[in-house]
Amino acid sequence: MGDLLIVLAVLPFAAVVLSAVAPPAVGRACTVASGVVSLGCAIALVPSAAHGGLKVGFLRLDALAGVFVLAAAFVYAVTSVYAVGYLREDEGEEGFTRYARRFHAGLNLFAWSMMCACLVDGLALLWIGVEITTVVSALLVAIDATEDASEAAWKYVLLASVGLGIALLGTIVMYYAGSTVFGGAYDLSITKLLQAGGRLPHTPVRLAFVLAVVGFGTKAGLVPMHTWLPDAHAEAPTPVSAMLSGSLLAVSFYAVLRYFQVARAAVGPVFPQRVLLAFGVASLLLAALYVLDQHDVKRLLAYSSVEHMGILAVAVGFGAPLASAGALLHVLAHAAAKSNAFMGAGVLARTYRTKEISRIRGAMERLPVSAPLFLVAVFALAALPPFGIFRSEFQIVAGGLGSTRGGWAAVLVALVTLAFLGLATAATRMVVVPSGRPRLRSLGAAAIPVREPSWWMITPVLVGLAALVLLGVHPPADLTALLGRGAAELGGGGR
Amino acid sequence: MRPVPSIYAGTTNAIAVLVLLTEFAMLRTALLRSQVRLYAVQSLLVSALAVVVAAVRDVPELYALAALSLALKVVVVPWLVLRLLRDADAEIAGSGTLSVASEVLVALLVGGLGFFAVDQLHVSSRVLPTTALGLAVAVVGVSFVLMIVRSDVVSQAVGFFSLENGVSLASLVVAAGLPLILEVAFLFDLLVAVVVFGFLMRVHHSRTATLSTAALTRLRG
Repeated sequence: MGDLLIVLAVLPFAAVVLSAVAPPAVGRACTVASGVVSLGCAIALVPSAAHGGLKVGFLRLDALAGVFVLAAAFVYAVTSVYAVGYLREDEGEEGFTRYARRFHAGLNLFAWSMMCACLVDGLALLWIGVEITTVVSALLVAIDATEDASEAAWKYVLLASVGLGIALLGTIVMYYAGSTVFGGAYDLSITKLLQAGGRLPHTPVRLAFVLAVVGFGTKAGLVPMHTWLPDAHAEAPTPVSAMLSGSLLAVSFYAVLRYFQVARAAVGPVFPQRVLLAFGVASLLLAALYVLDQHDVKRLLAYSSVEHMGILAVAVGFGAPLASAGALLHVLAHAAAKSNAFMGAGVLARTYRTKEISRIRGAMERLPVSAPLFLVAVFALAALPPFGIFRSEFQIVAGGLGSTRGGWAAVLVALVTLAFLGLATAATRMVVVPSGRPRLRSLGAAAIPVREPSWWMITPVLVGLAALVLLGVHPPADLTALLGRGAAELGGGGR
Repeated sequence: MRPVPSIYAGTTNAIAVLVLLTEFAMLRTALLRSQVRLYAVQSLLVSALAVVVAAVRDVPELYALAALSLALKVVVVPWLVLRLLRDADAEIAGSGTLSVASEVLVALLVGGLGFFAVDQLHVSSRVLPTTALGLAVAVVGVSFVLMIVRSDVVSQAVGFFSLENGVSLASLVVAAGLPLILEVAFLFDLLVAVVVFGFLMRVHHSRTATLSTAALTRLRG
């Protein structure tokens, strides 16, 4: 199994090198192969992660890392397939070869950095991994070189870098806390810090935790550090938006969870849970309100990501094992649902040549396959049964009601319902409401031809929906074991 | 009576104070070129502090770190940014809504808050007086003010780089023993970030023909 871990850490990087130098067709094939094989490796590693974990050199896989690697690998696989269809539409344009090379190399590097960030052992290496995800994704946001894209990329790189500067300060303070127990020469290994537990000095650990939540939380899109997120998600090319939302936010939240584990072991559960609860509720509240009044379909989905990161923070803040297991299931389900929704929105935006919700009407008539798929994807995202997000949110709320923070569970239900309303209304309008009105015809909606995108862009959505049904109806036994083990690690049960 | 501080404590504290003063000078200056030069001076001071700590407290890894940070932060980064400035043909930093005097007052408040808050943490260091930690946090605070009040890409980037200097200063106080490989990785990461910042500054300049960020208001809501 150790070999699979190494494959996971090496293969996407090999794809980076190949796709940067080879012709676009080869780069495309490498990217798809690397995405699919990485997903295969991540799935094959689930049993090992669920039952004891693995360690090879500076790579370490425990249940928590297993969940996030699986999410990142899934999004990598589906977006690499989607990207084939996405880029095909631009083929033949001037400068395409250069663009495609950059795009494929960037996509592979982005996926590689996210998976490595989850697999490395140690808070310092984790910081380095997350920093690499930032620089790569900032370049990918700017890749279309439009004015909006460069504005979004600048805001993103500045805010995320400053956030990571704060996270670096947190890392250093955590090193100081550890050095009081282990002496100077240790490498911030997570295992060691968890072993030290209550022997770590409390004040520095608290400080490091708050700095990490603010720092990594900036990248995870927690309010009030979320301001870069809607811009970057809306302006990036669709496959990149799907990766940003489905896996990058989760990986940043993974970093927060690592600090949560250490803080919980050192100062007890109350303080770290309160901090997460505060940021989580703020994110949920603001995002639910923004979702209600959005004019741009990609920004709508971006604010929905802020909401889902809020749900994760609140779920872990409850401190109940059921809610923690629900949070980890939510990571997987959100990865599948959000990448699906972005891929669907990408098809709509390309067909109508706009992201304005009010100008996309009657999609069902023009896109008889992909428009209903988009609608189902948004409903899955908004937590309708039988999809995975319904199950995860149900677990989170049930766990919350059973904990000492039942009141916040009620707030969670109210805000999630509000966001549901916003998402469902906007998506239904775009897909179901016909475009026959004179005002819309004057906007050019009627002139849009009936043309489904290639199957390269539809198949990944179908795969995502299948995964969501599987997660919602009957998660495999190994996966359930993985989630249970991960929740135990978050609850202080795992070492 | 309080004990007289040692020469070592005096020297290191003096260097840390100078680091903070250069941060204020960056906030004060209107010329982009001077801002970058002040950043180079600040980086030089941080490197010098690393050498002093390495020599007196016998932490040989810090020599390597100081050399690397000297090469990177005193030479490479300022050179890259100055080259960009030459190409962009811009000189004056974009001023925000505050006057320089108000900016400095706000920065004094933020810096002071950082400096005195650290006192409450009771962090003790083997290698440096804790005063330096307070100063490091003040540098971070003032760099935030710099990024917020200035409205051009160069000032904002230099603000971020100097924030990193503040973090480096803090790491000298509380994490001087951090394994060298990690320190090198942090610096390498900074270099990558600088390249990306530089690239995006160029993209911004080529799109808008200015370094100002005042027009970056299309995306909202």
